[in-house]
Amino acid sequence: MMESLLGNVDWMEIGWASWDTLVMVGMSLLFSVVIGLPTGVLLFLTGKRQLLEQPVAYAILSFVVNVLRSVPFIILLIVMIPVTVMIIGTSLGVAGAIPPLVAGGAPFFARLVETSLREVDRGIIEATQAMGANVRQIVLGALLPEALPGIIAGITVTAITLVSYAAMSGVVGGGGLGDLAIRFGYQRFQTDVMVITVALLVVFVQLLQMLGDRLVLYFSRK
Amino acid sequence: MIELDQVQKSYQVGDRAIPALKPTDLTIDTGEVFGIVGHSGAGKSTLVRLINLLERPTGGRVLVDGENVTHYDAAELRAFRRKVGMIFQHFNLLSSRTVADNIAFPMKLAGIYSKAEIRSRVAELLALVSLTDQGNKYPSQLSGGQKQRVGVARALACRPTILLCDEATSALDPQTTQSVLRLLAEINRELGLTIVLITHEMDVVRRICDRVAVMDGGEIVESGPVTDVFLHPEHPTTRDFVFESENIDREELERDFNQASGRILRLTFRGESTYKPLLGHVARASGVDFSILSGRIDHIKDTPYGQLTLSLVGGDLEKAMAEFDAADVHVEVVR
Ligand SMILES: Nc1ncnc2c1ncn2[C@@H]1O[C@H](COP(=O)(O)OP(=O)(O)O)[C@@H](O)[C@H]1O
Ligand SMILES: [Mg+2]
Repeated sequence: MMESLLGNVDWMEIGWASWDTLVMVGMSLLFSVVIGLPTGVLLFLTGKRQLLEQPVAYAILSFVVNVLRSVPFIILLIVMIPVTVMIIGTSLGVAGAIPPLVAGGAPFFARLVETSLREVDRGIIEATQAMGANVRQIVLGALLPEALPGIIAGITVTAITLVSYAAMSGVVGGGGLGDLAIRFGYQRFQTDVMVITVALLVVFVQLLQMLGDRLVLYFSRK
Repeated sequence: MIELDQVQKSYQVGDRAIPALKPTDLTIDTGEVFGIVGHSGAGKSTLVRLINLLERPTGGRVLVDGENVTHYDAAELRAFRRKVGMIFQHFNLLSSRTVADNIAFPMKLAGIYSKAEIRSRVAELLALVSLTDQGNKYPSQLSGGQKQRVGVARALACRPTILLCDEATSALDPQTTQSVLRLLAEINRELGLTIVLITHEMDVVRRICDRVAVMDGGEIVESGPVTDVFLHPEHPTTRDFVFESENIDREELERDFNQASGRILRLTFRGESTYKPLLGHVARASGVDFSILSGRIDHIKDTPYGQLTLSLVGGDLEKAMAEFDAADVHVEVVR
């Protein structure tokens, strides 16, 4: 029964593709957080009436973030190709997919970080300032810990977005489940492969969301 | 000692400068509890935030113990702020830290205390604010009064010499307010801390302040020892606050006065004279008859006082006035 229904499915291949997706999402999430977190903090600090109010710096940073966020990801994938070749040496495969994923994920995450920092009560910043803290201490000692639940929720949303971006990158030769879905499911009309990859992506997203929600709950002291 | 010398602050909103504090002179002595009372928007927070420079003055100088703190550089300012504790209406505790960690936070920021010092100081402060068992809780697990106690403990962590309180009891119910005020009075007495206390309730001022300034429209309209300002308010704003705190309905009072015959006097007793059996003595000596229209006996900080409004008929009014005067009772002729 299973044999005939899922006749085209090569489970080895699915296994590897899943692993590739995991690697792409994991690596691009890591870099998105590493780049997006400080960017988000900077966006927050240079914003209007904030600790390091800097209208020009804010405008520039905000513009770059907005541009990257408003370009549809499929276009970003294509325009990033020369940059990717420069950094990685190739624009293909798992490694080649990571730079465009980061280019899409980091600005997205930066905005989420900015938003969660803005939600921290101004009084907390004020109290910390009144204790004689400098800006670094305010950010590391008060702002980030207070915004942690929001930031974790932001990481979850970014990770889920990256799962769908990673699948899209299959179109331009990235690896993973998206690649499988396009090569077999779409180009060779193997519906069963398509269904399995989509099902795996759904499960993956569900797991990420559950994990994220748990962590948010754990870190919320409100 | 805190001295404000022609300190002013205006906020730039669009292309208009809104004066939140008009040029103000004020001296707050070391070790006193100084109240600042005023309606919302009067400029109280602005004034107190100028003391630890959370706001930069747009003019004038702030001197603390003779030093012009407005000229401090960033590092000096941070060191200065460690010596000025502050508590807030909404407590502003870090929800991500336990009670003990909240109290330890300013010490950690200072970077000059060892782990052992911090631990013993936190234990000491928890005991001071009667929260010894609550150190491992998170702020969200505490009641409002407990949160403010944590706020007080945190503000005292680095052994400041000044404590600024911005509406510290305004979010608390009357009983909790009492207990927090008692704590503040105790701290003032035992640690000799100078306390600057903002409130919109005259009753808070009456309980613990030595001197008070009344603010209205960005300026101090009246100031002095609490007993003077409270018992003999001059400015209309001050009168409003005093009447409000005594639950006096002025129209009702008018009506009562209209029904009474003769002269109406308001007597103010202070300190020892509050308890003297004076009225009978004066009545016998001068032959006046009196009826009591309103009265109140209470305390201003530690000073007992009484205020009586009487209507007097017959007898020798001059003589009665002289007797009151001789007994050190302040007499105000209402009608
Ligand atoms: N950051 C600000 N920007 C503009 N106006 C402000 C700002 N802070 C306070 N004000 C204005 O200054 C005045 C005094 O405010 P504040 O000192 O907070 O009064 P209070 O504490 O007595 O209620 C108010 O009219 C208020 O609107
Ligand atoms: Mg205020």
